[in-house]
This record gives sequence, C-alpha cells and structure tokens, in this order.
Amino acid sequence: MPQILLPAMSPTMEEGTLAKWLVAVGDVVKPGDVIAEIETDKATMELEADDGGTVAALLVAAGSEGVKVGTPIISITGEDEAPAPAPVAPPAAAPSPVAAITPEPTPAAIAPAVTAPAITAPEPASGPTRRQTVREALRDAMAEEMRGDGTVFVMGEEVAEYQGAYKVTQGLLEEFGPARVIDTPITEYGFAGLGTGAAMGGLKPVVEFMTFNFAMQAIDHIINSAAKTLYMSGGQMRCPIVFRGPNGAASRVAAQHSQNYGPWYASVPGLIVISPYDAADAKGLLKAAIRSPDPVVFLENELLYGQSFDVPEGEHVVPIGKARICRAGQHVTLVSYSIGVGVALQAAATLAAEGIEAEVIDLRTLRPLDRATVLASLKKTNRLVVVEEGWPTCSIASEIMAICMEDGFDDLDAPVLRVTNVDVPLPYAANLEKAALLKAEDVVAAARAVCYR
Amino acid sequence: MYRQMVLIRRFEERAGQLYGMGQIGGFCHLYIGQEAVVVGMQAELKRGDSIITGYRDHGHMLACGIDARAVMAELTGRAAGISRGKGGSMHMFSVEHGFFGGHGIVAAQVPLGAGLGFAHKYKGDGHIAVTYFGDGAANQGQVYESFNMAELWKLPVIFVIENNQYAMGTSVNRASSEDQLYRRGESFRVPGMQVDGMDVLAVRGAARTAIDWVRAGNGPVLMEMKTYRYRGHSMSDPAKYRSREEVQAMREKSDPIEGLKKEIIDGGFADEAALKAIDREVRDEVAESADFALEAPEPALSELHTDVLLGTY
Repeated sequence: MPQILLPAMSPTMEEGTLAKWLVAVGDVVKPGDVIAEIETDKATMELEADDGGTVAALLVAAGSEGVKVGTPIISITGEDEAPAPAPVAPPAAAPSPVAAITPEPTPAAIAPAVTAPAITAPEPASGPTRRQTVREALRDAMAEEMRGDGTVFVMGEEVAEYQGAYKVTQGLLEEFGPARVIDTPITEYGFAGLGTGAAMGGLKPVVEFMTFNFAMQAIDHIINSAAKTLYMSGGQMRCPIVFRGPNGAASRVAAQHSQNYGPWYASVPGLIVISPYDAADAKGLLKAAIRSPDPVVFLENELLYGQSFDVPEGEHVVPIGKARICRAGQHVTLVSYSIGVGVALQAAATLAAEGIEAEVIDLRTLRPLDRATVLASLKKTNRLVVVEEGWPTCSIASEIMAICMEDGFDDLDAPVLRVTNVDVPLPYAANLEKAALLKAEDVVAAARAVCYR
Repeated sequence: MYRQMVLIRRFEERAGQLYGMGQIGGFCHLYIGQEAVVVGMQAELKRGDSIITGYRDHGHMLACGIDARAVMAELTGRAAGISRGKGGSMHMFSVEHGFFGGHGIVAAQVPLGAGLGFAHKYKGDGHIAVTYFGDGAANQGQVYESFNMAELWKLPVIFVIENNQYAMGTSVNRASSEDQLYRRGESFRVPGMQVDGMDVLAVRGAARTAIDWVRAGNGPVLMEMKTYRYRGHSMSDPAKYRSREEVQAMREKSDPIEGLKKEIIDGGFADEAALKAIDREVRDEVAESADFALEAPEPALSELHTDVLLGTY
C-alpha cells in the first residue's frame, strides 16, 4: 500500500509539525488534493497527494511535532487496490516531540551542512530561563525593542505579511502594524539606502536581508553611507541602523548562497559586527544592537535558527564587544563564533575523552574584537586553534592569529592553527559540500597537534 | 535670491583659486553656472525640511544658510571646517540646517533622500525631503529602486535632477536612451516636470508646485532642471569634450545671475547701485571666509581616532 513520507520542504528542514489533516480515513483523494498542513522551520506548507486513492490510515496524528523528514505519515490505497482495514489514529495530543507512530526506521533526514550540536554552554544562568529557538529569541528581541522605542521599525523582503522568509519576524506585523513592519520590493540596494537615510533622519531601522548573500547588492550603503558618515561629518551625523539576516553556509544551496561575510564587514572601521551562536546571545546582542547609536551588521545563521537554548527570562541585554568563555579548559583554547562554536564544543567533548581540556571562546562580536579575552585564555593554555565556518584567507582566523603574534607571542607553546572551510566556492554535491565545510574531527586533530599529542 | 546666487558664484571662484594654489586638495567640484537650481528650490522650503545631494555640494550648503567660513575651512582641511576637516569637499553635513550631505558615491544620495522622506512620513512631522542628483547619476539603478519605493509608499520626496548636460565628459545623449530626464519616473507613476534651471524664478515657481503636491501627501515628484556648469566636472577636468564657444554662449545668453539682475532692474525692484552693494558685501564675506580658512589650524592629531563610533564597547 503506498505511503507518503514527510518530505523536506526547505533546504534546512530536518523535521516538521503535522499541523492539520485535511483528509480523514475513507476519503477519496485525487492527485493534487491538499491532504495536510505541515509546519516547517520556515513556514506552514500544504502537502498535496501525488496519486489518487482512498485514505487507508493516518500514521501520524495531527498536532505531532518533531516528525522527522522521511517518516511515513499517511497510507493511501491505490484506485485499483482494495481498501485495508483502517487503523485508528492516536489522539491529537500526541506527545511532543516524537511522532505518535514510527512504524519503520526513518530514512536519514537531510543532514545540515555543518553539524552544530545544540550543546548548551555551561555558563550557569543566574536567574530563571526558558527554552527558546534562536529564531524566537531574535523575534522577541525586536518585539521588545519596538515596544520600548517608537522609532524602531523593521523593513525587508517578506518580513510582514509572509511573516519572514525564515519566520524570524513572525507575529511582528500583527502587533506593530504595517507602518512599523514594512515589506519591501526586492530591491536590496534601494532599501538598504532608504533605511540608512531613515536612520540619518532620526529613526532606528532594523533592515532584514533575506540572506547576507543578497546584501552584496547593498554593500555600498552599508559601508560608504552607513559606516563612514559619523567620521566624515566630524561626529555630527548619526546612523543608528541594524542590518541583519542569515549569513554563512546553509544546506545544499551552493556557492552564491553560502558565504560568511563576517571578515568582510569586520574589516570596516565605523561598523559594529556581531555574530552570535546561541539563543540567549542572539536575543541579548540584537537588543544591544538596536540600542546602539552606531551602525551594526548582525550576522545570523540559518542552521541555528531552529536550535533551542536556555534564554534568561525578562530583560536580557548582552554587551557588544565581549567574548564569552563557553567551556573552561586548561590545555588548549578553541576560538570561534556563530555556528563554529557548536563545532568547537563538539570537538571539545571528544578531546575531553582523551584527557585534553579545551577552553572554548565564543567571540560573539567580530568588531570590536575582544582581544583581552582571547589573550588571557592563551596565557592560560599556551595553545590556540581558531575554528571558523568560512574561508581561511583574510579571515577572522587570520586576525586572531595576528593578535596572538603581536601580543601573545611569549605565551605560545605551539603555532596557532586555523580550521576553516576549504578555500573554494561552496560546491553543491553532498559529498563535496561536506568535504568543503568545517568539521569537528579536523578541530580535534588540530587541537591534538598543538598539544603535541 | 540674488545675494545667494552671487555668494555661491564668488565662493566657488575663490575655491577654484585656492585649489590652484594647492590650498584645497583632492576632488573639488564647482557649482558655477548652476546656482539658480538650489537657490530657487531652497526659497520655497521650510525650516525642518531635509535636503541631500552628491559631491557638488558647496552651493547647496551656502543656500541652506551654512556659514561660508565653515564650508571654506572644510575645503582647506582645517579643524574649524564643518566636518572638522575630516570630510573635505565631497563630504559635508549640517544636521542643524537640514543638510544631510555631501555624498561622494554617484546616486547614493537618492535612496538616502528617499529614506529622509520616509522618516518625515513616519514621524508625521509634515516636512519633506529634497534629493539632488545629476544627469549622470540618473542612469544608476538605485535611482529607480528609489522612485519605485517612494511612489509605492507615497513618500514626501522631491527628486531633483540637475541636468548640466555632461556626466563628467559624456553628454546626456551619449549616455541616456531617454534624454528627456523628467520622463524617467513615468513607469513608476512619478510625475515629472522639466524646468529651465538657468532661471531662478522659473525654478522657484516650479518648486512651489512640486512642494505643494508632495506636502499634501501625494507622493514624490521628479524635477528635471536644465542647467549648465561653466567649469569642468572637477578641478582636474580639462573639459575637452565641449567647445569654448558653447560655454561662452551659455554664459552670455543664459547666465542665471545676469538674468535675475535684469529682471530686478527692469521690474524696478532695485537699481544697479543696490545690486552692486550686495556684490561688494558678498566679496567681503567670501574674502573673509578664505582668510579664515587659510589661517585656521589643522585638526589635532588626536582627531584621527575620534568619531569612528559613538558608543563605547
């Protein structure tokens, strides 16, 4: 009997929520009929039947969350087959996040490009926290700042009625209305310039790029118009604007959609560049970015949007320009940011089993860079590896290595190493893509090498 | 208006001399010949309205009422310059006077100006933004991105194309498939006007019409000002792409200052002696600004590191 498996509906979808069945057992469906609504990491999608037939069984209950891609969700008897006895679907209140019925081993879901395990850093939270995805944390940051300051508004492609191409702005239109949550035409150069002009005119725009790859069309305004104005005007002209959106490799979207712009923007005086890893920092740093009187480039990561972390309850603002030690250790320092932090933490766990205690530093802000935290850790461990999901040449890794040479030379017991993506445009083929991207085992190998193990 | 146009003319002549003496460095784009455009527009604007332009910006600053000494001292790179010597000819600003630059990248000021209009609309303050750009900038894509958003969102913006006939050395009809630039907004439903930019009264009249339309919430207007620059694109431009006779004919037949002078005298609003008195006053003001700009000290070396960021992180 043909079964329909939960399909991947976006490049990064690993699982989904079966929001609603639109058919019941015994219904006859035609090819193209909508049979269910699936919530993905990006949107609510309608699932259509490819073939006609009679619904024999609903294998996953409506409301089930965390249904893995590839899980059989419905049996449809072909038009020529005899209908099978219909098993009754379990009640809608299926326990989350596991699907109610998993009748057979799930085929491997599409693996995200860089595996970033959601290892919660052992920094003890001082107050109550709650579990949130990075996506929700970013949304809350914008909503809280918009409630507190009427000059803050959000503009970008699909931020309002569509609820965000990656659902980061979900619910903002409903709360703040179309005057403050503004859908733009596909016109990056134009709206980046318009937003910058609005900031010069006294507002606090949050400009979303659907991805920072598209911001290449707008980079003139980010650098020439936003970053330089304060200096060129002898301190008269302010430009408090946040440019935000996903950055870095996603999954199987190939060269033009997979690039880390951190090093590009971090080379520009007059800009603040932030690239958080977990949800607490995403929220706290985005709030700080919106409050900053300076132009900020805020680099998110699509693969992290759906990952959950503990976020402090209540007002939570993280200072710009301060790195965080996410794991203490005395043998080697791993310096990273964004999705690379997850890779570094994964490598640290492997190293710990071998008796190497790695200290993991999340830079969080790329400009201004927290040199002091890096150098203090180097002084302690005397060995350092930079872990970066991006190209090696003229990278943040290059910058950290220069800092270690300039100000940490006497503390070094081994050369600083960098573990990065391979120095090629990101390929599409799954095996080549995997080979090109940052890997925890390479970080482990580099850490062993600097420890001479 | 007569005084302002003469001030711009004399100021720019002096700036040209100082450039020749090596007292002004880098790029320096003079506004001589185009004075009627900004003076006519400015006459109809209100305090609180915003204006923004490209790198040919000295005239706009003077027309906004900014002290000639602060502008000249910026040209000479002194601490008393309006940008404390850090901006130079192409990068000057005065938030106090609603002047938002002074931008060096051709056409970048067009979406920035639309953004200033957006801010006025968002705040509901009843003010408008005027964004000036040249016939060369009119071929940049971001101009049309701005037209689209400005009309879509009915932003209170006036787009003023200062068509001085040459984008550096390329004449309009060698660069523009549609050389009637006022029509460039048609596919975005932005109404366009073509104005004699050598006649300050024509500019002023057209400005009033456009400003009334925009201030009433009808969205943007595009104004093409047919004007002419007497000097090269910048001080380093030998201007071999046009004949001396062409420039001379413009100066003799269409000069905006001579034109207004004639209107004033023929209309009996003032006599030659009164205008000469204005000329003398302006000469003194410009001479004083040049002396000030040459005597003022350079910025302290500590200024190198200030004004990069406002916050401390």
